[in-house]
Amino acid sequence: MAKIKSSEITSESDYLNRRKFMKGAGVAAAATILNPASILAGINNSALPDSEKLTSFESITNYNNFYEFSTDKEDVAKLSQKLTVSPWEVEVGGLVEKPGVFSVDDLKAKYTQEERIYRLRCVEGWSMVIPWTGFPVASLLKDVVPKSKAKFVKFTTLMRPKEMVGQKSSWYEWPYIEGLRIDEAMNDLAIFATGLYGKDMPKQNGAPIRLVVPWKYGFKSIKSIVKIELVEKMPVSLWMKAAPNEYGFYSNVNPKKSHPRWSQKTERRIGEFRRRKTLMFNGYENEVASLYSDMDLKKYF
Amino acid sequence: MKRFLKPIVHIASLLPLLLLILDWQNGSLTANPIQYLTLKTGKTALILLSITLSITPIVYLTGKKFIRQFKKMLGLYTALYAFLHFSVFIALDYYFDWELIKDAIVEKPYILVGFSALLILATLAATSTKGWKLRLKKNWKRLHRLVYVAGILVILHYTWLVKADIREPLIYGAFMAVFLIIRLPFIRDQLIKARERKTSPQVSS
Repeated sequence: MAKIKSSEITSESDYLNRRKFMKGAGVAAAATILNPASILAGINNSALPDSEKLTSFESITNYNNFYEFSTDKEDVAKLSQKLTVSPWEVEVGGLVEKPGVFSVDDLKAKYTQEERIYRLRCVEGWSMVIPWTGFPVASLLKDVVPKSKAKFVKFTTLMRPKEMVGQKSSWYEWPYIEGLRIDEAMNDLAIFATGLYGKDMPKQNGAPIRLVVPWKYGFKSIKSIVKIELVEKMPVSLWMKAAPNEYGFYSNVNPKKSHPRWSQKTERRIGEFRRRKTLMFNGYENEVASLYSDMDLKKYF
Repeated sequence: MKRFLKPIVHIASLLPLLLLILDWQNGSLTANPIQYLTLKTGKTALILLSITLSITPIVYLTGKKFIRQFKKMLGLYTALYAFLHFSVFIALDYYFDWELIKDAIVEKPYILVGFSALLILATLAATSTKGWKLRLKKNWKRLHRLVYVAGILVILHYTWLVKADIREPLIYGAFMAVFLIIRLPFIRDQLIKARERKTSPQVSS
C-alpha cells in the first residue's frame, strides 16, 4: 500500500494550525479571506457541527475511487503518481458565446480560490469531510456565456491510457463523463476544486482540477477534467451506461432511495466506528432542495 | 513427506486470519477497516470453498486418494471464515442494530443469499463429525452435497455485490462449475477410465 510520506502529512498539522490562527483572528478577518458570499450561504467550516471533524489527509489521499487507475481504492495513490498534470488545459465549448481553452494556472489566477469544507458521501456507504480549495462552477460558466439553448453541462475526464492504466480495461466506456443540469451547475455549492488541505490537488484525488458537488454521490464529482461542454440534451454518464438501473443522472444523496448493494440510510464516516444516519442531499437540503421541488426523486434518482 | 501435509494445510488456512491480526496490530487495515475485514474474510471463505470443492475432482483426475483427508478440514475452515465474515457484518459494521440489519436483508437480495449460504455451511460443519455420519447413514452424503448449493449462492452473493466488472466472481463460478461437471457420474467414469488407460501401457490411444 502506498502511504503518503510523513513529511507530507505535516502539511495537515500546519493546515490545522493555520485554521486555528484564523479562528483566533476573528470572524471579521476570516471574512476578508473567504468569499463573503459563501459565509452568507453558511457553507464554510462553521456550517459543519463540531461533531464532524475533518478527515485526515492520509485517509483522503490513500482511499480513492478513481477507476482510471485501479478499482482497488488502496492502489490509486501509487498508480496515479504517473499522471502528468502540467501543462493542463481545459476546453470549454459547446453552446456558449465565448468558447475557450484555459490552462489550469490561468483559471487559478483568474478566479479567487476559496476554501470549502464539504462532506463527501460515496455511493458505497462511506463518507469523509474534506477541505477543498477551488472556485464556483458558476463563475466560469458566466464568463463563457451559455446560449439559451444550453440546458446541461457535460464534463469529460482526460483519456490517456498510457498513464491512466485503468483505462485499458474495456469493461467501462472511457473516458469518464458526468453531467449536471445547468441550474445545478450554477448553484453556489458546486465548485471546481484545484486543491485540498491548502495544497495543490493530489493526483489520486483528481488533479489538477475536478468537480465537487457535495449534495450528490461522490462519483458525480468528476476528476481530472479536460473538457466542459454546454449541451441541449442530458449527457449520459459512464455510470449510467454501466448500470442504468443503479445510477441515475441526478444521483442526489437520498436516504429514502435504496440501492441494491449499499445502505443509503446510513454511512460510515472514515475514521469513525459507528454508522451515521445519511442526511437528505448529504445535509445540504437548505441550499439545493429548491432545485428539485417539483420532482419525484425516487423516479429521478 | 505426506505426514507434514496436514500441519501445512492447517497453517495455510489460518494464515489469512493471522495476516489480518497483524494488519490490525500495525494499523494497516486501510482507511475503512471494517470494509477491509469484510472483504478479506469473505474472499478467504470463497477461496477455501473453491479449494474444498476441487478435492474430489482432483482425486478423479490424478488418482491421489490421500488428499481426500483434507476435504473435511478445508470445509471447516471455509465455515470458520464465513462465520467471521458474517460476524464482522453483524457486530462491527451494523453494531447489532437489528432494525438496520433487517432492512439490509430485506432490501438487498445479495445479503439474503449470502446468509442462506452461511446457514448451509454451518449445518455441514455441525454434521461433519463421525457421529453424525453414522447417524445419518446414506443421507449424510446427500446432505453434504448441499455444499454445491452453497457454492452457487456464494457466487450469486459475490456477483450481485460488485459494481459492474463481474469477471472475478465469474472466474470462481467457472471453476466451481468445472468441479461440479467432473463429479457427474458419466464424466467421472470417463475420466477414471482415461486415467487407467494411461497408467497401463498401451500402443494406440
